[in-house]
Amino acid sequence: MSASHRGQAFTWDDPFLLDDQLTEEERMIRDSARDFAQAELAPGIVDAYMNEQTDPELFAKMGAAGLLGVTLPEEYGCAGATYVSYGLVAREVERVDSGYRSMMSVQSSLVMYPIYAYGSEEQRRKYLPKLASGEYIGCFGLTEPDAGSDPGGMKTRATKTEGGYVLNGAKMWISNAPIADVFVVWAKSEAHGGKIRGFVLDKGMKGLTAPKVGGKLSLRASITGEIVLDNVEVGEDALLPNIEGLGGPFGCLNRARYGISWGAMGAAEDCFHRARQYGLDRIQFNRPLAQTQLYQKKLADMETEITLGLQGALRVGRLMDDGRFAPEMISLMKRNNCGKALAIAREARDMHGGNGIQVEYHVMRHAQNLETVNTYEGTHDVHALILGRAITGLQAFA
Amino acid sequence: MKVLVPVKRVIDYNVKAKVKADGSGVDLANVKMSMNPFDEIAVEEAIRLKEAGTAEEVIVVSVGVKQAQETLRTALAMGADRAILVVAADDVHNDIEPLAVAKILKAIVDEEQPKLVIAGKQAIDNDMNAAGQMLAALLGWGQATFASELTLDGDAATVTREVDGGLQTITVGLPAIVTADLRLNEPRYASLPNIMKAKKKPLDEKTAADYGVDVSPRLEVVKTTEPPVRSAGIMVESVDELVSKLKEKGVV
Repeated sequence: MSASHRGQAFTWDDPFLLDDQLTEEERMIRDSARDFAQAELAPGIVDAYMNEQTDPELFAKMGAAGLLGVTLPEEYGCAGATYVSYGLVAREVERVDSGYRSMMSVQSSLVMYPIYAYGSEEQRRKYLPKLASGEYIGCFGLTEPDAGSDPGGMKTRATKTEGGYVLNGAKMWISNAPIADVFVVWAKSEAHGGKIRGFVLDKGMKGLTAPKVGGKLSLRASITGEIVLDNVEVGEDALLPNIEGLGGPFGCLNRARYGISWGAMGAAEDCFHRARQYGLDRIQFNRPLAQTQLYQKKLADMETEITLGLQGALRVGRLMDDGRFAPEMISLMKRNNCGKALAIAREARDMHGGNGIQVEYHVMRHAQNLETVNTYEGTHDVHALILGRAITGLQAFA
Repeated sequence: MKVLVPVKRVIDYNVKAKVKADGSGVDLANVKMSMNPFDEIAVEEAIRLKEAGTAEEVIVVSVGVKQAQETLRTALAMGADRAILVVAADDVHNDIEPLAVAKILKAIVDEEQPKLVIAGKQAIDNDMNAAGQMLAALLGWGQATFASELTLDGDAATVTREVDGGLQTITVGLPAIVTADLRLNEPRYASLPNIMKAKKKPLDEKTAADYGVDVSPRLEVVKTTEPPVRSAGIMVESVDELVSKLKEKGVV
């Protein structure tokens, strides 16, 4: 029988041969990101999570490995790689922890991307190389205590002064804020007809503070804060000149959400692999748990969702690299992959039995993290409404 | 001076190897492959010599299937200057034996005239531990194998070798072959910007025929078997039972 009739052996950990669909360079980037994440991030994650500690040095380490602002051009100290590469990096980092991937996503998509896409050349030169190396840590202020899914309802205001603006308001749930050097903040600007405008602020400006938000049961390795703007005076050069309206923050969020669709699959894969190994090792009733039909059914469900989720994320990445993506595609993949990853992590927790609640088995940490990942950057339900609007032509947000 | 580093594309060290159904070798279809870890150490050492200003150029060479290009790109991304790919097989299962590799490397050394060749001490796929030594013999150069420390001083290399029971320090005159052991250094990650830049570095593609080397195997693999599976232990009730079981097994 010819090879074409016989087919070939099935690889359980890469069923659709995703590896084959990557370029040589993308495979190298994936391998490099994996080596980095396993050697530099994985060993410290349990302590970081248990003690709710974020080591700011991790940014410098990620910067040295070239993991910050992966898609931006070399002239700003970045790799100039594809969006598929960016997705592969997110997957490898989130295989360790969603919090670490959050730190990287915020810096790359929510701070470096808007400075690159909407900033002046002076702003690019001032901030991008230091954000790429991790010397600067960045954060992104959009969400407010009373404006989450409805960012257009923000209260933060920019008032024109002679040489610039005065900012007032408060931002909430801001990743990296307490340790940030650079703050990309969105505010309604009276001088621009009340339209939303972006501003780049530096740590230490008078009236700018970023207290930590404690008590999180999720993403404990990634520090979160508020941004309080109390009559913060900035010059005209703080304004991002090339964007106005909600399109600004959404342009950044699209890219971050795309990365999350890959990242969530990395966390799901880690849970899947751990559940498989646990099932092979754990003997009950004189046989491995993995030799039971219930256990195998769960593993088959996990593998199916991960395989389809990765394939979808890859497709959207290729379309982004071709400049042919619509934001709804990203909503579809972000929503699907976060929801599925959360379900997989909860199932993996269950399959680990009592051991599953222990931090050293890792699956419950992923499950707790994915609660946030499913919620931030557009909740599961809000992405359904984005898709619903596209399907029906009718918006049902309000 | 030029430093030449041969690198081999092997089954990734994290992969659990499976034997092919016909016992002819390890199944490598759709298996993750990467640079032999000892070769990574050799590449790192060469790059450090360049960074220290001792070496001017680091050339990496791989002999094998066309896909070994990816391994060479990794070495370029780590910091090597240029690469030579010698395509000598079209099926990943056709391992090129050490003597054929050494002959091809000799031809390249004759062309490139490096003063130092740093190789991994052995490839983790078949553990031959031979190509470096054979190359030294073919060239008539000195060799310092299992290096855990390398210092260059003029026309000599001082090498600390990991030998049974301790460390041995020797001096060899250059040109020489050094083979890298595990503790020589800790190789760097290829950073993403360097991976992108590696694309633009020169990679020459050759064939074994270009060097007039016959790569057909001299060895025949009779069979390949997986390591035996550890069988389950038994619980004993008392010391007496333990002693009698051990006697039964002929251990005491």
